[in-house]
Amino acid sequence: MSKPFHIVVCASIVPDPLQTLEPVAGPAIKNELMLPAVLDPWASHALVEAANLAQKTPGSKVWLVALGPKAKLQQVMMTVAQKVPFELVVADGPSSGFTDSFETAEALARTIEALGGLDRANLLLFGGWESASRGSGTTLQIIGERLGITEQFLGVDRLTVLADGSLEILERIAGGKHQISMCSGPPAVLGWATGHLPVPANNPQVGMANMRLAMPALQRAKATPLRNEGLTFQSVTIPKQQRETKIVKDLSAEQIAQEIVAWVKE
Amino acid sequence: MEKVLLLTHTEQDGTLGSAALETLHAAQALHGELTIGIIGASTHSAADQVAAAGANRILTIEAEAFAQSRYATDAAAIEALCRASGAELILAPHTSRFARAVPGVAARLSGRVDTHATSVSIVDGVPEVSRWFYRQRMEGVLTRTQRPWFVLVEPGSYPAFSGAAGQSTIQRIQMPDIPTRTTVTGIRAPEADEQTIRPDAKLLFVAGAGWTKKQPDGAPHTQEAEQLILGMLRASKASLGGSKSLVDLSGEGQAVLKCMTHLNQVGQTGSTPRHQKGLATCCHGEEPHVVGWRFVTERRAVNLDPNCGWARGKADVLYVADAFAVMREVNRLLG
Repeated sequence: MSKPFHIVVCASIVPDPLQTLEPVAGPAIKNELMLPAVLDPWASHALVEAANLAQKTPGSKVWLVALGPKAKLQQVMMTVAQKVPFELVVADGPSSGFTDSFETAEALARTIEALGGLDRANLLLFGGWESASRGSGTTLQIIGERLGITEQFLGVDRLTVLADGSLEILERIAGGKHQISMCSGPPAVLGWATGHLPVPANNPQVGMANMRLAMPALQRAKATPLRNEGLTFQSVTIPKQQRETKIVKDLSAEQIAQEIVAWVKE
Repeated sequence: MEKVLLLTHTEQDGTLGSAALETLHAAQALHGELTIGIIGASTHSAADQVAAAGANRILTIEAEAFAQSRYATDAAAIEALCRASGAELILAPHTSRFARAVPGVAARLSGRVDTHATSVSIVDGVPEVSRWFYRQRMEGVLTRTQRPWFVLVEPGSYPAFSGAAGQSTIQRIQMPDIPTRTTVTGIRAPEADEQTIRPDAKLLFVAGAGWTKKQPDGAPHTQEAEQLILGMLRASKASLGGSKSLVDLSGEGQAVLKCMTHLNQVGQTGSTPRHQKGLATCCHGEEPHVVGWRFVTERRAVNLDPNCGWARGKADVLYVADAFAVMREVNRLLG
């Protein structure tokens, strides 16, 4: 039987994928705080996997550690908190894709180190393998190094805890394949890809329990400015890739197929 | 002039892969003092492959432990190569192996790291990196003052180094045993009947959720859809991509295509593959999916809706037609 896990999920918010984004000087996203936001998609998968693992391993606990603007986080939590049980811990700072992952990781590592009652020997550090904002896939590894964890996995789609407490981990590699690794147990860092669990349905009871802790956590959130020291953006631009689409309505399936085959063989 | 280190790892056969050779091309273009670092179980063939690259030094770390892609051993080896080279700018291919290990090493060396770089250049004596933000929605050009600066170069961004092989003089770095609690036990292909993801394919064939919807006779034809899609892949050697709405269906208990998994997903929460051509079928071309097409040069789509997303400047040609009928014919012609 496995020991209880202490699972820390690092996650922040990103603009809703359906929103049009426009860069402005800074760089920043125009009206970023006005745009609807969602929990970062891959980090969201990590949270679902964490909750599932905690449910199957009695005595386990899940923290959701988020660096982001607390007013916006509060809005997003209204939805996320209804999905699975967790304790929210907030650092009130930027969630922009233009912030430096090194400084982000430092801030998150400090927040994790300050968690009361965290058993570092049984720590599983979860998060998305890349964010939908910066998309660098570097933050978790840097936090792992800061916390002295050298068993790290990226692009995880499945974690299985075996009877002896060891971890079997499937990581994405090139060509649509998975690398299978065995790790003797925690502590470990797992950057999740899609995982294999569906998004749970909303549960108002879970939501109420989570929000009882989330609201004080949001109020307690420390201001965490990031300075992007040494980092200069020369430019940030939206690509001009508008194509002149030719719309073909009057060809038969046979004619279209001939055109496509000729094009494929070019 | 910056001291540049090109970090590489060998493939299973002991040679350098195309991503490593592309990154070598990028490193050469910086005209710095170039060192090449190679990690692997055996590095001799790889070193000979880059004999004509004009590197000042070739440093290697070889042992059976480095045959496998694993954080603890890879990070230790990368750290040793970086320290031995004294490099300020460190380029590496953005492979799954280096994407996992390099960021932690950057932290160990108090450096910085940028990934998915599509271009690295020297402008007025200062290195500049281009990369995409917000899932390929905007491109940024950035510089950093901190060193070492690690840059992972996205595969497909540069032509591969193609110099002649020769006999290289190598400097081998000895490594102590590296403690690790992780053992790599194998590789697993997706739970599909056949391999459908082919990163080197010329054509990306994307199937959308429309393949699983009710057809004019009032019933879904999922089996036929799967046969048509797999037939197209076999005949054209294309790589298969899917929209989020299609791959998510399996989690919602709806009729699904067995050949399609989350690994095939292209777009905002999927991959951004690099293929010369892309053909979308039964897919609406919504923005979160189409951002994954950023590096697909020629785009065509087949959809019944003449006002779908592809019609709004996202494809070169949109065929307004029934994809079932078109793909039956395509497969017959390619047959």
